[in-house]
Amino acid sequence: MLAFLIRRTVLAIFTIFSISIFSFMIIQLPAGDYVDSYILRQIEEGFGGVQRSSAEGLLERKEALRKLYGLDRPMYIQYFKWIGRVVQGRFGQALEYRLPIWDVIKDRLFLTIILAAATIVFTWALAIPIGIYTAVKQRSIADYSFTFVGFLGLATPDFLLALILMYMAFVYFNFSVGGLFSPEFQSVGWSLARAWDLFVHLWIPALILGTSGTAGLIRVMRANLLDELRKPYVVTARAKGLAEWRLIMKYPVRVALNPLVSTIGYLLPYLISGSIIVSVVLSLPTLGPVLLQSLFTQDLFLASSIILLLGVMTVVGTLLSDILLVIIDPRIRIS
Amino acid sequence: MTEAAVPARQVEVTEEERVFVASQWQLMWWRFKKHRAAVIAAWVLVFLYVIAVAAEFFSMAHPEDVETSIGYLAPQTIHWFDSGFHPHVKAVSGGIDPESFQRVYETDPDDKIPVHFFVRGFEYKFLGFIKIDRHLMGVPEGYDRAGPYVLGTDRLGRDMWSRLMYGTRVSMSIGLVGVGISLLLGVSLGGVSGFFGGITDTVIQRLIEIVRAVPTLPLWMALAASVPRDWGPLKLYFAITIVISLFAWTDTARVVRGRFLAMREEEFVMAARLAGASTARVIFRHMVPSFASHIITVMSLAIPGMIIAETALSFLGLGLQAPAISYGVLLQAAQNLQAVALYQWLMVPAIAVTVAVLAFNFMGDGIRDAADPYSQ
Repeated sequence: MLAFLIRRTVLAIFTIFSISIFSFMIIQLPAGDYVDSYILRQIEEGFGGVQRSSAEGLLERKEALRKLYGLDRPMYIQYFKWIGRVVQGRFGQALEYRLPIWDVIKDRLFLTIILAAATIVFTWALAIPIGIYTAVKQRSIADYSFTFVGFLGLATPDFLLALILMYMAFVYFNFSVGGLFSPEFQSVGWSLARAWDLFVHLWIPALILGTSGTAGLIRVMRANLLDELRKPYVVTARAKGLAEWRLIMKYPVRVALNPLVSTIGYLLPYLISGSIIVSVVLSLPTLGPVLLQSLFTQDLFLASSIILLLGVMTVVGTLLSDILLVIIDPRIRIS
Repeated sequence: MTEAAVPARQVEVTEEERVFVASQWQLMWWRFKKHRAAVIAAWVLVFLYVIAVAAEFFSMAHPEDVETSIGYLAPQTIHWFDSGFHPHVKAVSGGIDPESFQRVYETDPDDKIPVHFFVRGFEYKFLGFIKIDRHLMGVPEGYDRAGPYVLGTDRLGRDMWSRLMYGTRVSMSIGLVGVGISLLLGVSLGGVSGFFGGITDTVIQRLIEIVRAVPTLPLWMALAASVPRDWGPLKLYFAITIVISLFAWTDTARVVRGRFLAMREEEFVMAARLAGASTARVIFRHMVPSFASHIITVMSLAIPGMIIAETALSFLGLGLQAPAISYGVLLQAAQNLQAVALYQWLMVPAIAVTVAVLAFNFMGDGIRDAADPYSQ
């Protein structure tokens, strides 16, 4: 078991390392570097007498700035300097907001995590009972209709669902679904009332984000339980006269639930991806809209910081689900 | 074998015997046909790809024809009969309501504009080289308008129906091209992984695990944003397709590797080897045909993901850009909630996306069931 955990942790660290390299590459992607764009902005804004200085002076200034920011160093040194700062939580300055990046994203990071967690809870709360029901009542009308709705849920992209829901709410109820807070709680400090307000607003995005995950999980749960229901121990228990619901809930369901925990691993990257675009459509104060904005304004330090954080979040969440799986499934613990 | 050669030994082949002598692909086909939803889905896809190939033919107007005087025109109904079979639409005239600043249109019930089949319209090259100007339906020459606008018009008065036809071409083909690229990546990496084993296998397996553990949309967005905006539509199209397939090859690679590993131990591979077949023959004559069906399954289930990815990126403004037409580009207009509330037909591309994705999912499901003809 320990070996399993170590293997998983090492892989997680390695994954985070790869994501950080990718994030750094994004900073490097466009032609020119930070100094070029900085000087360009200075010229445009006419600051610091740059406008009047000669081409030679400009070049000199560029070199000096490059030295100052360490951009004249080899790439790998730049990377380690950057990652060194990031590890300490110093992501740098968000250009457009004129604020430290961490100040721009910390609340949004928190809300992204809350949204992902709420969606997972929602997904499970819906998928497990429906999965059990459709497996027990296999080939019933309910089974077929849930299968069909599930397929529809899988096929409709999250953001289209968000659009349709917003449209319906707007046209039929004249009510706007966007946002995670009521106007009066928009920019006040945390309180119990504000947390409740968040809770009330959270279920719509969670519903939208969770639809395809729920549809997938229902199918997994149904298939798992169907496999278990055919096993001899179920027949034995039934022959001994155990009440049907008690029998199902006590043994096969618990066995069928185990593989579900491991699905967090693939659910989480999917959720994070979905939350970005759904947040843009519903204008939720999560990382999604800021990421999109930063890509448009070419604020690549902000963009890569967000991508790094989203990646770390996913990997840590997956690691936690692996550990949870080991705790609840003795078969993994022993082997 | 011709029938004349063996007339005496012609025996009644029973249903059961037919199964024994049928080829793998025949077995698959029989099983696939039993899956009714999958067959319907396959026909829907055939229909969509016919549209994709002949988008110009199905268009009723040129998708770029701007006619601001009929912006946000509601879908028109084609009236088929009028003392005999005379398809026509009622003429509309409109203007801007001075109070609400919304466009209002009035239908003139007496002014009938005929709609003809195989009508002459804008000239185009069918399949890229046959120059013709016939369209399935349209308003004949001599009338001062294109149309009929069966799905309404967008803000600039461009025909939504024709734009949807062109969008189908781009969105549906991105799925195919993207799957082609990821198939190439997946088969080569998965094949290398399964064939060589050892350290190569471990490295590629870790790479796959990493790619799968990462949320793809942020990476897609970042890569798509770094594609220069001044690239032409065609260049942009391929750039976006490559960006999408960069993270979509892992499923194929896993399947190919798994089959390679399992197949190496199979008796028929051993038999082929003992019979003196070369490695290449063993791989391509014996191994590949037996897992080709699995690859087709993975591919047909991967295409909808690609279509959604393109739609999402273009919808966000990071994918294909305005002169190009795809489902995502068309849906950009639906970002404006006020517009959608007033002009619901802007959401029609969303239905197209859902239908396409649903059809691929059902067909993929059918192929998956059929791919293993001996399972019950």
